[in-house]
Amino acid sequence: MSGAAAPADWPADIFHALKAANIRIVSYVPDAGHAKLIRLCEADPEIRTVPLTTEEEGIGLAAGAWLGGERAALLMQSSGVGNCINTLSLLESCRLPFLMLVTRRGEWAEFNPWQVPMGQRAMAAVDLMGVTVYPLTEAASAGETVAAAARLAFDGGAPVAVFISQRLIGAKSFAEDAA
Amino acid sequence: MTAAMATAMASGVGLDRRKVVAELLANRGDLLVVAGLGSPVWDCAAVGDHPLNFYLWGAMGSAITIGLGLALAQPKRRVLVITGDGEMLMGLGALATVAVQKPENLAVVVLDNEHYAETGMQKTHTAFGVDIAAIAKAAGFPATMTVKDESGLARLCQQVGGAPGPILGQVKISAAHVPLVLPPRDGAYVKSRFRDALLGAPNP
Ligand SMILES: Cc1ncc(C[n+]2csc(CCOP(=O)(O)OP(=O)(O)O)c2C)c(N)n1
Ligand SMILES: [Mg+2]
Repeated sequence: MSGAAAPADWPADIFHALKAANIRIVSYVPDAGHAKLIRLCEADPEIRTVPLTTEEEGIGLAAGAWLGGERAALLMQSSGVGNCINTLSLLESCRLPFLMLVTRRGEWAEFNPWQVPMGQRAMAAVDLMGVTVYPLTEAASAGETVAAAARLAFDGGAPVAVFISQRLIGAKSFAEDAA
Repeated sequence: MTAAMATAMASGVGLDRRKVVAELLANRGDLLVVAGLGSPVWDCAAVGDHPLNFYLWGAMGSAITIGLGLALAQPKRRVLVITGDGEMLMGLGALATVAVQKPENLAVVVLDNEHYAETGMQKTHTAFGVDIAAIAKAAGFPATMTVKDESGLARLCQQVGGAPGPILGQVKISAAHVPLVLPPRDGAYVKSRFRDALLGAPNP
């Protein structure tokens, strides 16, 4: 995490918000920006982490978990949003709660042009599919944003996506984590 | 497709899908059932609507992941996903995801008519030899089987009832036309009814 852009330990804050919201299943297709959060979840005996082969698997997984009385969250980078579009219809058709945390690419000081088309449209795409967007642009508000999103999802019964600005992830990791 | 081809297909080999599903659900006990979109939904409805059936009318490719989420949330209950070959082919990667999680209480039955019946009987990849049971086995499912006859079906029913999963059974069924039997189509209703039946109402 780059110190200047992200003074707070925002992945840890997100982790604690997920724990406080009783999230028991965390599925993901990895993004460098989620690396620490994934490690924290893996190390927690109360959370089952589920690696996916493609992001839309996490929507069915979350729906099934909710049918069975558990809460799940789905982590991905913004390119993964494109893989999810039709499957998101499950949420509206069945009025299901749903929480996804999306690390943005193609947004802030992006160097990979291939990330730009989906990254620039990912928020509009989930909005179009009826998912409420919570933008997260300040590291210091990560915990409260995810807590509010989880509340809206599981108590308010809505599909919610938190979009984590690329700014939080820090310029330094770009060169190391090109994809 | 010519009428002659349709007749040939209809009279072709394979088990009767309605009988297969009726047998799978005959002694369902407290089994939780997820039905993949299209014909498998009508098959489950033909056996009889049930509050612990979750029917998909869309989200093609998601039946197995919904079954996985349910199986992880309810480790003490058996979960059975009944879906079509086309629906399963759209989410093949999920076989790998399920295999990694190793849910002992999950069984997946693929009703394989080697066609997309719902959309006009186009051939699916299984018609060209793609073997879903072998893919599941290679992914790491501890129990997989290809069922072609009554005795195989009896063995599959036994496994679904209690063998440690995840299990995948690929059942070769006839592509003959069967009448439509529709369950409720309001997903929100089906979801809430399922949760009430499973978790008690009002549920958390
Ligand atoms: C994403 C998506 N693509 C295509 C369809 C159209 N569609 C509906 S049912 C179906 C075929 C299902 O075939 P299969 O699972 O083999 O079931 P069968 O009717 O043969 O038993 C298709 C392609 C769809 N509903 N969603
Ligand atoms: Mg078929």
